[in-house]
Parts: sequence; structure tokens; C-alpha cells
Amino acid sequence: MDDQTQGGDIAREPGFATLAVHAGAQPDPTTGARATPIYQTTSFVFDDVDHAAALFGLQTFGNIYSRITNPTNAVLESRVAALEGGTAALAVASGHAAQHLVFHTLLTPGDEFIASRKLYGGSINQFNHAFKSFGWNVVWADPDDIESFERAVTPKTKAIFIESIANPGGVVTDVAAISAVAKKAGVPLIVDNTLATPYLWQPIKDGADIVIHSATKFLGGHGNSIGGVIVDAGTFDWSATDRYPFLSQPRPEYSGMVLHETFGNFAFAIAARVLGLRDLGPALSPFNAFLILTGIETLGLRMQRHSENTLAVATYLAAHPKVEWVSYPGLAGDKYNALAQRYLPKGAGAVFTFGLKGGYEAGVNLVSGVDLFSHLANIGDTRSLIIHPASTTHRQLSDEAKTAAGAGPEVVRLSVGIEDVADIIAGLDQALDKV
Amino acid sequence: MNHDHYADAYIRAILEGVRTIAMVGASANAARPSYFVMKYLSERGYTVFPINPGQAGNVVAGLTFHARLADVPEPIDMVDVFRAPEAVPGVLDEVLALSPLPKVLWTQLGVRHDEAAARAEAAGLQVVMNRCPKIEYGRLSGEIGWTGVNSRTLSARKPALLGKGLQRLSISRGPKAP
Repeated sequence: MDDQTQGGDIAREPGFATLAVHAGAQPDPTTGARATPIYQTTSFVFDDVDHAAALFGLQTFGNIYSRITNPTNAVLESRVAALEGGTAALAVASGHAAQHLVFHTLLTPGDEFIASRKLYGGSINQFNHAFKSFGWNVVWADPDDIESFERAVTPKTKAIFIESIANPGGVVTDVAAISAVAKKAGVPLIVDNTLATPYLWQPIKDGADIVIHSATKFLGGHGNSIGGVIVDAGTFDWSATDRYPFLSQPRPEYSGMVLHETFGNFAFAIAARVLGLRDLGPALSPFNAFLILTGIETLGLRMQRHSENTLAVATYLAAHPKVEWVSYPGLAGDKYNALAQRYLPKGAGAVFTFGLKGGYEAGVNLVSGVDLFSHLANIGDTRSLIIHPASTTHRQLSDEAKTAAGAGPEVVRLSVGIEDVADIIAGLDQALDKV
Repeated sequence: MNHDHYADAYIRAILEGVRTIAMVGASANAARPSYFVMKYLSERGYTVFPINPGQAGNVVAGLTFHARLADVPEPIDMVDVFRAPEAVPGVLDEVLALSPLPKVLWTQLGVRHDEAAARAEAAGLQVVMNRCPKIEYGRLSGEIGWTGVNSRTLSARKPALLGKGLQRLSISRGPKAP
């Protein structure tokens, strides 16, 4: 079934830039509108009673209510699915909502999942606290020690979760090696590809079964909309066991329909939509979907520029006398440079950390002294962004806990924008002078 | 021919070329794909003949069930098989006994039988296996994108609305639309 929705002209697959502009969008059939319209409506008129019944029974394609499907959101979904090389996708209100729906589709109370320790702090919180209250138990493993994932597998394990490039420290994860562990354990591999984006890395090619995004970051790319996306790779056999009943068992919600049998290699995306989004409700606003979609049209151009600028900034910082260390996998000699060369030949992204010799005080002075960089808690904006985790996002933690989380007192995180790189470096340079 | 992958042009030519479809293993149960694929294709303008001995004579969704392919009163362009893979050779025997001979043998998602396919092709039939005609129609018309599915098609031409319903597209494009 792996090839089920693959059609197209075999001799000529469209390139990334073409897909980024076109995939999922077609001129509006009634008005001819060429840009994707914002379908700012809650609901859609049925053709007749029979049509309504068919839609509610998942028996035909079409729209009922924007909590479940919306034509603007659907273009975003199809486009991200195409860019990642997946079969289908689901757009939701945030990256956190994407994670919630993925785990809701896979886990029941008492189940376990294995997650990399090197994750965005918000995900660590979500897994440690919110998910525990649902009875979904995280078991942490170390991405620098692949065997730690193997050791964590138990009969209760239902999934493995990693970030391709981990936020904030520039950790590059060996996705293919962890995929081998997941395949041996018979569980799907979920990869958060937010920091890399499909322009720099398509984890499905390395064995990811589900890819998620905080579309808030580089996909949207302009710092204007919160959103999340779940991509179904179409690779996992949900019917091989009875461990994923949302997919392999008759669903009482839909008159006994079996989703995997009915929808084949895009059944996971359908299940996350009709058993997750429908019932839990974190729908994406069509207006946000439109903004994210517009951002995606220039994703390749932006990621190229982001990566070029970031390598230049990291190189500049590595040579600066007030800088103790720089953690950017694009730099020769970096701990993750070999993995970056293998997985990220087009560039290592825009987010990294560095340490100031002057410690906490220097960090506070640097974020206070910058003009071009915005001091805020986001990444993946056209604008250059800076944060000193120890005085902000990680303030509540003890010094030991801060260091363990990669947020020691001396650590500064940058998300390098697409401004002129000379201006970005000059902006840092004048602020470092005052540190 | 290679049955791991089909070019869009091959599938499109089949779906644009056939008018009558006999569906072997069609169901009267509205929750089964073998019911709603039949209904969907009927709503897209195909003349569909459901085949199921247990339902012979019953009218479901406006369509009359027949017990066997040989009972269908019109020439059949395409036979769509909703049966387990091991049943395909037997169905093919019935197909090859029809006159005129159908043009296409199609087997549903998860249903593949390479020997039967080779025999059908030797008799001059086109074969599609392990695909759903509803999914393929929805992919080529763009309807499937409404559910966030990657259609793997790109077109800057305006899709054609089909019939009176607005939530219904045709696989015809732009100026060629009826």
C-alpha cells in the first residue's frame, strides 16, 4: 500500500520551489481567484440531505465545519504534505496542539513513549506534566546514545519522538539510526522538523513515520501566526498489530468503519482529524493558514538566506574574544558537524546557542545592548531574534537544572534573520563591545 | 506492465474513458467502502452495477444489485473488484467470459494478484491494482485535497464544477470542461 497515492509523471517530479508555490492550490472553481482565498466561514452548505449524510459518514470528500476541515487550511495541509514527501497532513492551532493530537491518536492511558531529552523546553513540559495527566508516560533517552533508545523500549512503548535539529542547542539527531530502533520495536517514529524545515531536511526519507511542525516558526516565517502541522508519511502498517485501535479497529464514532482499511496510507492523518481534531478541537484559523501558506511560498529562499547568515554569524562569534564557545552544527569542528554534513548539506538552519565569558551579567547586558535583534521568546522569524534563557524562559530553574537544559547562566540563543548579514554582525558587535 | 506505480495519465485515461462500472463485492452496508465507493462513482456520472449474490435484485442508493457479472444488462467497460486477492482469478474467469470484453480490470486497495493481472493483460485488458477509483478520481479532480491529502498533481487551470452540487468537482480541466 506504500505507493497508493503516488501518481504524477514519473519522469519529472516537481522540484521543491515549484511545490512550495503550487502544491495543494488550484484556482478557485467558482471565482477563478488565483491566490488561495481565505474561507473565513464556520460552516458549509450541503448540496442536499444525502450529501450531508455522506459527509458526516466520511464517505465523500467535502466540507462540513471549519473545526474539521476548511478549504484554506486544506491547501496548507496538502502543501506541507507535498514538501515533506508525505501522503497527507493536518493543520492545527499550534505545534503543541499537533503533538497533543498525534499522541491522542496513538496512545491510551498507561502507554509509554520514548522521547529525546534534547527537545524544545515547552515539549519537555508538555510531556512531563500535561501528558502524564492523560496517563501517557514519557521515557527519556539521549540522542547522543542511540542504545539508550533501545534500552527504553518496553511492551508498553507506542512511539518514539525526536527533533531533527533540537532547539535550542544545535543538536543534530541521527534520524536514520533512531528509525532503525523504532522499526525493530514495531512503533512509529515521530520527528519534529520545525527547525530544519523540509527545505533543509526531509526526515521521511530517513525513516520518519510522522512529521510535525510548529508552523509558527520557519514555515510561516514572518512571526505573525501561531500554527502547527502533522504530516502522515504513509509508511507505517497500522494493521500489523491491534496496538493502534484508532486505525485498525472498527470505530463506533463512524458506524464501525476501519480507518486504515478505508483510507490506506493516509489513514493516520484522517484519524488525527476525525478522532482527534474533531473531538478535542484545536482548529487553526483560516486567516492564520493563509499567512502561513503565503510564508511557505518563499520557504526555500528564506532558509537558504537564514543558513548563510547564520554560518557567517556563528563564524564571527567563534572568533570573538568575549565568546567562550559556539554550538552551531554548521561550523567545522562542531560536535554535530559530521551529522550536519550528512543530513543538512544545504545548511544547518538559523537557531543556535553560544556562551559568553562574562556569564549571567554579560548575557543580560548583551540582550539589553542589541538594537537590530529583538529580545523575545520565539524563533524562525525574518527578523533576527535573541534571548538569554537564564534570565527569561529558564529563570525558575536551579543553576544545575539550567545547565542540564543547555540554558546555563552564560548561554545566549540566537535565531538569525534574513536581514543583510553585515548589519546583523555589526548589531552584535556594538552590543558585545558594551558587555 | 509495472503495477507498483501508475502514471497519472494512465489512470486519468481509464477514468475518462469508462462509462459503465461493475463492482464485484459491492455492499449494502453504508459504513463499508464497498458501498460508498459505488455511490461516489455513481454521483460522478458513471453507470454502476453492484454485483453481490446475497443482494441480487435489491436497490441500494438507486442502484440495482446483480448476482453475477453475466447478469448485467449492458456492456461493462470496467470491473472493480472488492474481494480478497485469492478471489481475483475466479472473478477474472467471469470477466473473460463476457461479451463484449470489458476494457479494464481494477482491484481495490490491498487487493493485488500479479498472475491474474498478467492473464487479463494478455487478453487485452488494462489493469489497475491496489488502488481505489474513488481516491484516484478525488486525487485527479483535486477533491481529495479538501481533506489535506497530497494529490501529487499540480495544475494552474481552473477545476470544473460537476453538476448542480458545489462540493463536487470533475476530473476535466479548464476549457475542456463540459
